[in-house]
Amino acid sequence: MRAPPLERRFGAYGGRYVPETLVPALDELEREWLAARADPSFTEELASLLRDYAGRPTPLYRARRLAERTGGELYLKREDLLHTGSHKLNNALGQALLARRMDKPRVIAETGAGQHGVAAATACALLGLECIVYMGGEDIRRQRPNVQRMELLGAEVRPVEAGARTLKEAVSAAIRDWVTNVESTHYIIGSAVGPAPYPALVRDLQRTLGDEARAQVLEAAGRLPDRVVACVGGGSNAIGTFIPFAGDSDVELIGVEAAGHGLHTTRHSAPLTTGGHGVLHGALSAVLQDEEGQILEAHSVSAGLDYPGAGPEHAHLRDTGRVRYVAVSDEEALAAFHTVSELEGIVPALEPAHAIAWVLANPAPGVCVLTLSGRGDKDLAEVLGR
Amino acid sequence: MTVAAAGVERIASAFASHGKRAALMPYLMGGFPSMDGSLAAGRAAADAGADLVELGVPFSDPLADGPVIHEAGTRALAAGATLHGVLRTCEELSAHLPVVLMVYANVVMAAGEDAFALRAAAAGAAGLIVPDLPHDEAGGLRAACDSEGLALVPLAAPTSTDQRVMEIGADARGFVYAVSLTGTTGERAELPPALADTVARVRASTAAPVAVGFGISTGAQARRVADVADGVIVGTRVVRAAGEGGPDAVGELVGELAQALS
Repeated sequence: MRAPPLERRFGAYGGRYVPETLVPALDELEREWLAARADPSFTEELASLLRDYAGRPTPLYRARRLAERTGGELYLKREDLLHTGSHKLNNALGQALLARRMDKPRVIAETGAGQHGVAAATACALLGLECIVYMGGEDIRRQRPNVQRMELLGAEVRPVEAGARTLKEAVSAAIRDWVTNVESTHYIIGSAVGPAPYPALVRDLQRTLGDEARAQVLEAAGRLPDRVVACVGGGSNAIGTFIPFAGDSDVELIGVEAAGHGLHTTRHSAPLTTGGHGVLHGALSAVLQDEEGQILEAHSVSAGLDYPGAGPEHAHLRDTGRVRYVAVSDEEALAAFHTVSELEGIVPALEPAHAIAWVLANPAPGVCVLTLSGRGDKDLAEVLGR
Repeated sequence: MTVAAAGVERIASAFASHGKRAALMPYLMGGFPSMDGSLAAGRAAADAGADLVELGVPFSDPLADGPVIHEAGTRALAAGATLHGVLRTCEELSAHLPVVLMVYANVVMAAGEDAFALRAAAAGAAGLIVPDLPHDEAGGLRAACDSEGLALVPLAAPTSTDQRVMEIGADARGFVYAVSLTGTTGERAELPPALADTVARVRASTAAPVAVGFGISTGAQARRVADVADGVIVGTRVVRAAGEGGPDAVGELVGELAQALS
């Protein structure tokens, strides 16, 4: 089988809009990933860790009570059951192994909800790598349990107090650290964003969940689904979910962004649904910006979706029409958070609660696969405190 | 009315006739501490012996900048700075010395590469520095700048491979901006040990002058950089002076740096 390409561009989107200092490191990362993913000793070690340490494959669960509201058959891909509580570990384990392969003893990461920070801290603890996590001050406040977990795992959490003190500024701070320490440091970016090769690298590492889901739904339902739904912030769980189904032209793919206070306001996180194209954090993609190209602050009740950009492959999939992007408000997501908890005994993270809210609002017959990208323990204080 | 010399020619002549050990290029953030304040600081720098000036267009997410310039840009935007306002400052300053705009890629793209080059040239800019537009991504903007007589000044870094440095130098316009260190802008106590090597690699790649920036703040550092390079860029220290003491402090600082290079 021919290896799939490691794209620098997805249509017009992507690229490497970073200081020259980082370009050689991006070249090295691209070379190393191409070599690693073709190297059985690497892929077998990753597969074995994903199975024995992380708990893959995760189940595809048929949610019968929720389906009474959504119509048809609803299958939840249970990434909430993965070690550390979200899909983020798929990427963090792969990239931490890659850091070790590149002899980079120091790892940096950014985090919004804290799920990627916890996953990176976990993978670094496992592999004996130093780990520094940048996190906005506002996110530290609303995701306290994850800060404590990262510290317990031996990571250093560095607060970022610039701007709105959320994910965008945490990514910027991580990139500035990387520019300074590039020779000793690997940056484990947490979503399918950033300069090439990151969007393709993160997609490669996350598609394991979509590959599993496709095989599992064929087994459980006896056919391909009619629609596949995932939430999109930067878009790593969504791209991992969608890509294995991209060639199945009868399967409708739906990415759910955060509409925050509403798309008619400026307080949302829905660049694919509403935004223009621009450069943020090294890639040309859909971004929220003003007419002069200043990046706007995003808003979402969900820290993991609170980001004014989205991965470049999503922007391309939107333009080609292969994926439909929609948005769900804070209020709808919060209601769905309660509904899933009460009907299924599953407390979802606020991020996939957006995807669930969309299927609740758009019931349809047929088979639906929805990626439940993480669990909601981290969100309890935020939700119950409202 | 005479047509102003093309930007590339103004830059070449500034590097050819500064009468110092190296050309002195302070950096100022447009709109910081205010629109009038950055213009006054630019005039003070010109009067005190600057040969060119680098004028920053504030951006919300300046990845190449350290905390001082980041904060200056944030404050400029909060005070209402716009591209239009910075270009008016550019126009006024260009009567005194060549102005090179330092602008992030998204601000250029939001306007469109051709439209941005046209507006910058109309405002008297001599060149552009786009710190997040590496060589591989710069072809379109370079062509747009060429057709307006603007120099698209490339950056080379200590981490750039020899092959990349050769490609960067071959396509340089105006001068090559050699980044002295691996890191963001900001004052440093010491110059990096590999500086001479970095500059030598860049010089071997290009016929254009080589100017060095990042981490240079004192007269003594500027003088040592001038031993190996054709130009010295001082950013954070000048922005700090503009914030702390306004145009007088900028003039005094630039005067000291010019003296150190005499």
